[in-house]
Amino acid sequence: MALQDVSGFQDTPIHTSLSSLSTSSSPPTRRPFPLSHGTTTLAFVFQGGVIAAADTRASCSGLVACPSAQKILPIHSHLLVTTSGSGADCMLWERILAREIRLYQLRHGRRLSITGSAKLLSHMLHPFKGTDVCVAATLCGWDVEELFYVCSDGTRLQGELFSVGSGSPYAYGVLDGEVRWSLNEEEAISLAREAVYRATHRDAYSGNCVDLFHITAQGYCRRDREDLREEYHRKRERKDAGSHATSLVLTLGVGKRRSVEREKIQRGGVKWHGVE
Amino acid sequence: MKIVSGHFYGDNGKMKEYHYTGPVEHRFSPYSFNGGTVLAVAGEDFAIVASDTRLSEGYSIHSRDSPKCYKLTNTTVIGCSGFHGDCLTLTKIIDARLKMYKHSNNKSMTSGAIAAMLSTILYGRRFFPYYVYNIIGGLDEEGKGAVYSFDPVGSYQRDTYKAGGSASAMLQPLLDNQIGFKNMEGVQHLPLNQEKAVQLVKDVFISAAERDVYTGDALRICIVTKEGIKEETVPLRKD
Repeated sequence: MALQDVSGFQDTPIHTSLSSLSTSSSPPTRRPFPLSHGTTTLAFVFQGGVIAAADTRASCSGLVACPSAQKILPIHSHLLVTTSGSGADCMLWERILAREIRLYQLRHGRRLSITGSAKLLSHMLHPFKGTDVCVAATLCGWDVEELFYVCSDGTRLQGELFSVGSGSPYAYGVLDGEVRWSLNEEEAISLAREAVYRATHRDAYSGNCVDLFHITAQGYCRRDREDLREEYHRKRERKDAGSHATSLVLTLGVGKRRSVEREKIQRGGVKWHGVE
Repeated sequence: MKIVSGHFYGDNGKMKEYHYTGPVEHRFSPYSFNGGTVLAVAGEDFAIVASDTRLSEGYSIHSRDSPKCYKLTNTTVIGCSGFHGDCLTLTKIIDARLKMYKHSNNKSMTSGAIAAMLSTILYGRRFFPYYVYNIIGGLDEEGKGAVYSFDPVGSYQRDTYKAGGSASAMLQPLLDNQIGFKNMEGVQHLPLNQEKAVQLVKDVFISAAERDVYTGDALRICIVTKEGIKEETVPLRKD
């Protein structure tokens, strides 16, 4: 991540004289290949629920390894996790988290809360602190109106607005100005799109498309993936036409709203209270 | 890496003094790069996995007949490029796990299941990874072509086409254009049929062999359809 590079955080552990006191047998082998990093993900809470948005570019030291990665992974109908950091670490750790949450649900007859899930993830990652596992996840759900940011260096924070990744400074710039509790759904969605668009515009490691999810009491709802290249052309046209309308109104974009999860949400609504 | 340092020539052209900078550790690297390119394309009812057959190391060619596609089941082929030692071990482990699954569950693993299993096998070695770039090509449960591409530590996803290995950075944009119709205006998005796909793969590898030193010698194409797996070998540049 750009922030990592700026602050001098080393990807592979530095072999200092101190590590000769540790119990590990030999210094870690240098990897001859890079792993994927670099992203923009964001999530915020408002009166109509929680919005989570992310770009879709998986980059690997200068090469775009995948232009259509999925960075927001649903764990169950009321919990999403946005991933940032190393692609493989995030994918596998979220699979492990989903398994543990499911096991909890089967053993205890009720769903684990977001607070509990965040603590669980943080404690599972703790043994790997100091290694080069790099997971920075934001858990978004409905049971508390807060988000949890969990990082593999041990951070676990509650909040109402998070943006994670190399493009996060740019997204924060857009979000800090506009996010309020009283936003309506359309405004919140277009604000999230705008923030990801601005971040992808300026950050080299973010780009391609934007994924948007909206969580309410009924469950989560996914918008179609939108290619941000079209957004760039639309904005150019508007600028050339000399329009002065506000960006929020104009970016009510052409993406279709697809609540494909409605049936699941209905069933999810029943599952939410009951026992399997 | 030098134990002894010093400028070899000073201003007046005479050799200067050497001095000892301290002990330098020369580390043995367990990895090596053996080159090779792998490509997979998924069609409506077929999948193609192709690889070159050159095995190189540094400036030498160890073998001109070492294909990188391995047949796993009747409906799945995997292509592995990178470090040949890890490719061999990984395919042995996958074969063993396939057999175990077959014996416990009385059916063959589907392509999607193999992909998920490979992801966990690779991540099991997160701190000393298999230096292999894998691409799985096969048919899914509905008979449609499926391609799963991996990074060396197990991150994977399903694609329509993917190139991996030494020439991947050259081939992937070409595939994006020809199969994904990206960055083209006013073009009909025709679905790919099998003959066109095979011809495209051959052309793409000929281009790769021109510009990448680690790719060449011959091209092995495995075409997976519901009738089975067909193999074809096409010669490439040997220089």
